[in-house]
Amino acid sequence: MSEQPMKDIENKTFRGYFRKNGKPGIRNRVLVIYTVKCSEFVAREIVERTHSQDTELVGFDGCTDNQYAVNLLISLIRHPNVGAVLAVGLGCEYIQPEWLADIAANEGKLASWMFIQNEGGTRSTIEKGSAWVEWALKQLKNTKRVSMTLSDLVIGAECGGSDYTSGLAGNALVGRFFDHLVDQRGTAIFEEIVEAIGLKDMLVKRGVDDKAKKDISDTYDKALEYCRSVHQYSVSPGNFAGGLSTIEEKSMGALVKSGTRPIQGVLKVSQRPEHSGLWLLDSTPDPYWMQFGITNPNDSEGLMDLVSCGAHLVFLVTGRGNVVGSAVGPCIKITGNHDTFQRMSEDMEFDASPVLDGSKSLEDMANLLASYVFKIASGKLTKSEEMGHREFYIPYKYQNNSGVAHRCEAK
Amino acid sequence: MKNAYVINSKDNVAVALETIEKGELVPVIGESALKEIEAIDAIPKGHKIALCGIAKGADIVKYGIVIGHATAQIQKGSWVHLHNMASNYDERSSAMDEHTGAPKDTVYE
Repeated sequence: MSEQPMKDIENKTFRGYFRKNGKPGIRNRVLVIYTVKCSEFVAREIVERTHSQDTELVGFDGCTDNQYAVNLLISLIRHPNVGAVLAVGLGCEYIQPEWLADIAANEGKLASWMFIQNEGGTRSTIEKGSAWVEWALKQLKNTKRVSMTLSDLVIGAECGGSDYTSGLAGNALVGRFFDHLVDQRGTAIFEEIVEAIGLKDMLVKRGVDDKAKKDISDTYDKALEYCRSVHQYSVSPGNFAGGLSTIEEKSMGALVKSGTRPIQGVLKVSQRPEHSGLWLLDSTPDPYWMQFGITNPNDSEGLMDLVSCGAHLVFLVTGRGNVVGSAVGPCIKITGNHDTFQRMSEDMEFDASPVLDGSKSLEDMANLLASYVFKIASGKLTKSEEMGHREFYIPYKYQNNSGVAHRCEAK
Repeated sequence: MKNAYVINSKDNVAVALETIEKGELVPVIGESALKEIEAIDAIPKGHKIALCGIAKGADIVKYGIVIGHATAQIQKGSWVHLHNMASNYDERSSAMDEHTGAPKDTVYE
């Protein structure tokens, strides 16, 4: 690969937000967390009353807790794009808002928590919570700024609503961009192992060492066993209508977004990459006493999982079009289908179709995408951020985070 | 820009970048020795056209990899989709409607 690509912005810096632990952030958000469905309304009202693009809602619906969900909430609290955390509970649930606030405080972030039962109900909790968020937003204006380059970024990618253009243009473009990002010691994460079915050898070969190869192999085997068990592969009516006939065909188009560089290892949801380079995210549930559960029920979960691994921003490649954004990590929606881009131009961020009609090379488009990423990282809001999209999805799931689960554990 | 796009020289199918009418002769672009091909079916935009005759049971190759197998004899120039090919993994995909992609194996009363 030539040295030319992305040369203009290779050493260009932008101003990020200093964090006590880990990488600086590209946003400075106040996260309002509900710890059970019963406190969702109150938490949502607190967010809405602040009328700020920088206040966001996430939460977990269940009263009984779940290690996977707690880990995910903690990963969002520790995320570099988050500067302050308010945890709102009802008062009976398993998940402890006070402990979440303690973790935020230990990270050097502004933190507070409330139980609605202690505060006296809906109105008083909303008033107290809104006042705290207003205060936090003012405080965050004083956050120390530090200079960052593209190589400081962690970027995640997934695809959703794929059609024939996804493999030829949208994902091919992300793959080329990821090659450059990784070559400049940036960090890239791709996911959807259930969309690598049929491509095991190709994927395993790219493992950087024996451990990575074994982890990729075991992760693939688990995903295939999962698909066989639930009789559902990750291919949908829209994909078929768009010209894709089989999961293998879709897989090949999906894997292209990982580019060509070696895979450093496999991450589970909420795990941070140990160092820069290209990483595979495994969001498939591990076999457990409740059996698998459901994986990848929608695109928002995939985006949330990438953000939980520390992605500053995420790409969603969608041939057929999608409108979702993401809490915590801004989402750049890329399509290789020019009709989709025109029809949904208020939502689609980046048109990769010049790759398909031959008017621009993949290399030229990767440069344009890099410039666009630079702008978003510098603070320009994505179209989904501007429209208020802040989707999140935190389900009950089981994953063994002590390492990649090997097949024998299920037996 | 009506043509059939071949991604890899090993492929036996090409992608129609625009809808091709039945009986139309279109240029083949990309990694193929074939210069042009006549569509013997209508090929919807983004769908696949057979570059050669493919025997029942033989591999369907796109991106240089096997993406499934032929479930019927496929003639050169045919539309290749759910009605004449199937996944080697996913037993359900052939139960979808080849035009809309909608599932035909789920009962709606």
